[in-house]
Amino acid sequence: MGEYIVEAKNLCKYFKVGKNQTLKAVDGVNIQMKKGETLGLVGESGCGKTTCGRTLVKLYEATSGTVLFERKDVSKLRGKELLAFRKDAQIIFQDPYASLDPRMTIGEIITEGMNVHFHMSEKEKEEKVNELLHKVGLNAEYANRFAHELSGGQRQRVGIARALAVEPKFIVCDEPISALDVSIQAQIVNLLMKLQREMGLTYLFISHDLSMVKHISDRVGVMYLGYMVELASNYALYDNPVHPYTQALISAIPEVEPDEEERKKRVHLEGEVPSPINPPAGCRFKSRCKYAKEICGQEMPELEEIEPGHYVACHMCGKESW
Amino acid sequence: MEKILEVENLNVSFNTYAGEVKAVRGVSFELSKGETLAFVGESGCGKTVTAKSILRLLNPPFAVIKPESKIICNGKDVLKMSEKELCEFRGDEVGMIFQDPMTSLNPTMTVGNQIMESLMIHKKLDKNAAREEAVQMLKMVNIPSPEKRINNYPHEMSGGMRQRVMIAIALACNPNVLIADEPTTALDVTIQAQIMDLMMEIKTEMNTAIILVTHDLGVVANFADRIQVMYAGEVVERGTTKEIFNESRHPYTWALLRSVPRLGSKSKEELYALGGTPPDLLLPLNHCPFADRCEFCMPVCKVHKPQETVLSDTHKVSCWLMHEKAPKVESFYDRRDK
Repeated sequence: MGEYIVEAKNLCKYFKVGKNQTLKAVDGVNIQMKKGETLGLVGESGCGKTTCGRTLVKLYEATSGTVLFERKDVSKLRGKELLAFRKDAQIIFQDPYASLDPRMTIGEIITEGMNVHFHMSEKEKEEKVNELLHKVGLNAEYANRFAHELSGGQRQRVGIARALAVEPKFIVCDEPISALDVSIQAQIVNLLMKLQREMGLTYLFISHDLSMVKHISDRVGVMYLGYMVELASNYALYDNPVHPYTQALISAIPEVEPDEEERKKRVHLEGEVPSPINPPAGCRFKSRCKYAKEICGQEMPELEEIEPGHYVACHMCGKESW
Repeated sequence: MEKILEVENLNVSFNTYAGEVKAVRGVSFELSKGETLAFVGESGCGKTVTAKSILRLLNPPFAVIKPESKIICNGKDVLKMSEKELCEFRGDEVGMIFQDPMTSLNPTMTVGNQIMESLMIHKKLDKNAAREEAVQMLKMVNIPSPEKRINNYPHEMSGGMRQRVMIAIALACNPNVLIADEPTTALDVTIQAQIMDLMMEIKTEMNTAIILVTHDLGVVANFADRIQVMYAGEVVERGTTKEIFNESRHPYTWALLRSVPRLGSKSKEELYALGGTPPDLLLPLNHCPFADRCEFCMPVCKVHKPQETVLSDTHKVSCWLMHEKAPKVESFYDRRDK
């Protein structure tokens, strides 16, 4: 350990929309991930979680900033090195209904990546598909079926098998459970955690289900309008949230134990996320923050370490004024 | 308390190419004024079908409400209503919020017109009065600058705003019963909290009875008065929120409670995942529907259907474990406290 497998420095991804307008989906995010760890990424829709994940595996080209994968700059990879990166970094998509080709059998979907990266005979491929299907808890006979014959949970398992087929080191899980039922969610999360233990995978787990993120992650980052507002170990973040946005997010989770909820004072968050097109200057959370002061309108706060491993981007945090 | 809605022995079937799918099988419940009743269960357990049959929104001849069913709302028999009476009934006495705010609004009409529509039909208001009323409704659901927003089309609004508009439409005629079918499933947590708080405020203000259909146990724990847990078209357990969360007795309810991670817990142990799938409703089902997936399944469970055991005025369970001769089992609570 100690060595970072994925490192993003000041990562930015802008999209051009219309004339002279830029949508700053990801704006200056720093991420460092050790081998074998799970980093959770939470935030409201449109805060740039998915864009961040996709940029890390080079599905999007970063506008500025760098992504280092095993200390190599991803944007400079060419030829064989790029191919190796494509093998090592995989992604599991959000929607199991839209991310599988309806005209391919499950077996074909899973072998597609193997054909590119490995030289295998048909027999070896078939064995590997069976092994993968078994690993994700599906029957081997599913290899000849089509995606529409499977349920949502089964499709998501195929998505996981497809990612595992090329023996990756790093997997971005982009809301892998949000389209599924509660009881199926637990199955998929258990499966992901089991595979991590067995294969030493590194996960970036993107979700807006905060209790699930806490369950699966070692560290959790909270994003708001394209930047990271707080980053801490999962227990520190949930027991001692410092940023007002994190506090609001956590208190908005409806707890399953009603009595616990009665004791917890809820922090209400007014309004909605402002548009990421030409976002306001200074702290982007200021329009919904009840602690906002003059300085928040002028300068963008930097991510500062307030405790070992606990980072917060807020002008007011830790000051006596609140 | 005054009863406003009574459903008795509701049976709904769908005629498909493969045969008759019995989606709802003998569901009965009552709803009093100002009360929130939640339907909880997995996808396909008949929550939405039950909710939709109250408004008779299911398509005949594809969907059939069986003749032995009874739905009485405000003293009127919903199943005997003519098409014309139904039109007066829908929206006026019972309002509905649909699951997906992105697709359930008409994209070719401004939101104002969509709210005014029901006001003009049910309350016989003229256009100007209806417009004023619509602005009031938008204000009530906390939409900023409602005078401007009333001219917006749905695509100009965010998901949370659209759901607010849906609530405004459903409440425009001040219905006695509001059916909310997964009102917050498509929304973010912070917006979800806003929408749920809003619905509860309105409920106390107008004394509306709410049927909340959801699979989010957290939402249910915080906002429902009573809960009925549904499985494969049947109610397997019903009770007050406290009873369901703290004293539930049905293995399926336990399985649901166990599969959600708790924020307070420190352990990284595996979540409980219920194996198997719900029974195929095409096939006849004369035994306990949960028997095949139940870890406490006994021989009797696969032969006879359990009767509803009354534990208190509000708490009822359909499970053979309640029988006096049944063995004692380790409940969800015993296990958790260990």
